[in-house]
Amino acid sequence: MAYSEKVLDHYSNPRNVGSLDKKDPAVGTGMVGAPECGDVMKLQIKVNDETGVIEEAKFKTFGCGSAIAASSLATEWVKGKSIDEALKIRNVDIVNELSLPPIKIHCSVLAEDAIKAAIEDYKKKRNGKR
Amino acid sequence: MKTPIYMDYHATTPLDPRVLEAMLPYFTEKFGNAASRNHSFGWEAEQAVDTARRQIASLIGADAKEIIFTSGATESDNLAIKGVAEMYAERGNHIITVATEHKAVLDTCKHLAKRGCETTLLGVRPDGLIDLDELKKAITPKTILISVMWANNETGVLQPVREIGRIAKERGVLFHSDGTQAVGKVPVNVIEDNVDLLSISAHKMYGPKGIGALYVRRKNPRVQLTSQMDGGGHERGMRSGTLNVTGIVGLGAACEICRAEMAEESVRLRGLRDLLKERIEAELDGVHVNGSMEHRLPNNLNMSFGWVEGESLMMGIKEVAVSSGSACTSATLEPSFVLKAMGVPDELAHSSIRFGLGRFNTREEVEYVAARVVETVKKLRELSPLYEMAKEGVDLKSVNWARE
Repeated sequence: MAYSEKVLDHYSNPRNVGSLDKKDPAVGTGMVGAPECGDVMKLQIKVNDETGVIEEAKFKTFGCGSAIAASSLATEWVKGKSIDEALKIRNVDIVNELSLPPIKIHCSVLAEDAIKAAIEDYKKKRNGKR
Repeated sequence: MKTPIYMDYHATTPLDPRVLEAMLPYFTEKFGNAASRNHSFGWEAEQAVDTARRQIASLIGADAKEIIFTSGATESDNLAIKGVAEMYAERGNHIITVATEHKAVLDTCKHLAKRGCETTLLGVRPDGLIDLDELKKAITPKTILISVMWANNETGVLQPVREIGRIAKERGVLFHSDGTQAVGKVPVNVIEDNVDLLSISAHKMYGPKGIGALYVRRKNPRVQLTSQMDGGGHERGMRSGTLNVTGIVGLGAACEICRAEMAEESVRLRGLRDLLKERIEAELDGVHVNGSMEHRLPNNLNMSFGWVEGESLMMGIKEVAVSSGSACTSATLEPSFVLKAMGVPDELAHSSIRFGLGRFNTREEVEYVAARVVETVKKLRELSPLYEMAKEGVDLKSVNWARE
């Protein structure tokens, strides 16, 4: 299978690799997928409590090149967005940006799920704090 | 050293230049039809075919008359299994095979199951070998055929063919083996190994694609097959169609070279394979060899790299041609059924890489590949949430994963 230029770029130079402190109340962590399915994505966001803007985003992914690229792209896209804006990112946007073939669409779904899971985790923490 | 490096010799092999040289005249000046009995063009072609038959037979300890030419091992498997099922239908309808066989065998058996045959699929032990007691117990008075591959195409695991053949003989059951990966790589002798039918492919042993053979025993017992391709009655009526003379000459030449060089070549390849394994194991933790190291082709290494997905690993070493048991490399999104049958957990099947070494690999290439694999696995582990968790002491099995 031939990869698109953008997938290759994200695979070779993944953006925002790493981990944030998951105990930090400003950090939301999303972990989606399962090892036996061949894909696990961990996406973390750090949100400015005042403005609701995602100031930092990090990821780690176990998966194929397209899964790595999709999660790398997701961190790029959520950074600087408000939570509400980030929730509007759809998997088809990722598919189009990375020119993913049909067999790799699940990678984009997983990336969308990871964004949502991270935001949900952040919201849960924030509500718990109040 | 040139890149890309080819290390996928179980998929196919390049033509040995000596094989090409033997073939060339048969494309042009010696173009005759081997079935043309009345002129020199035909005689010349027939003679070339006869020579090839002898070369092939000699590699496997058979008689030249026992070689039936086909288009490749898939056709040989189909002809052997369907041909026996039809020919011996009155004697029985039960076929025994193994879960880790090639699809050419498994799907042929499935096809027959839809038409009234009963099939037993033997499981394998974690080392990839079948349990001979289980085989003995599976044989019934209705059993007409046992089909067990000689060497597995993913793991290189060698089945105890000689013992299987002995059991088959004792019970009066025919024994077919798919020898695609084994013939030319390890010693094969149809008499000593008690094989009645043996599938052979040229392009796995430095011959051309599109040509193969089926060994069909003529004595003790005389095996009969119902043809699956009808026409001019070529190949003792078992496989009609004008003979692919160039391909046959190539298969013969390839067998001749393997016969002469196998002993030396297998020692060299085993050395390179072991070097690859040692280099990788010296640098990386969490690597697992899939299948028996003892009962294995000398040129195969199938390894899983924990916490790293196979396709992403291949992408990182894209100047090296290998293959993976990861679902991401298959159309079905299912990881290797061969590794699954051996009880390899799915996450490790997704992490597997098959290295197939061959005639034209050098020590320099092996050292390069080992270094690139180590480097890429390390890089991908930095990216892997599973590796991070494992290093933190999280038991990955205890995690409640969000499964789709």
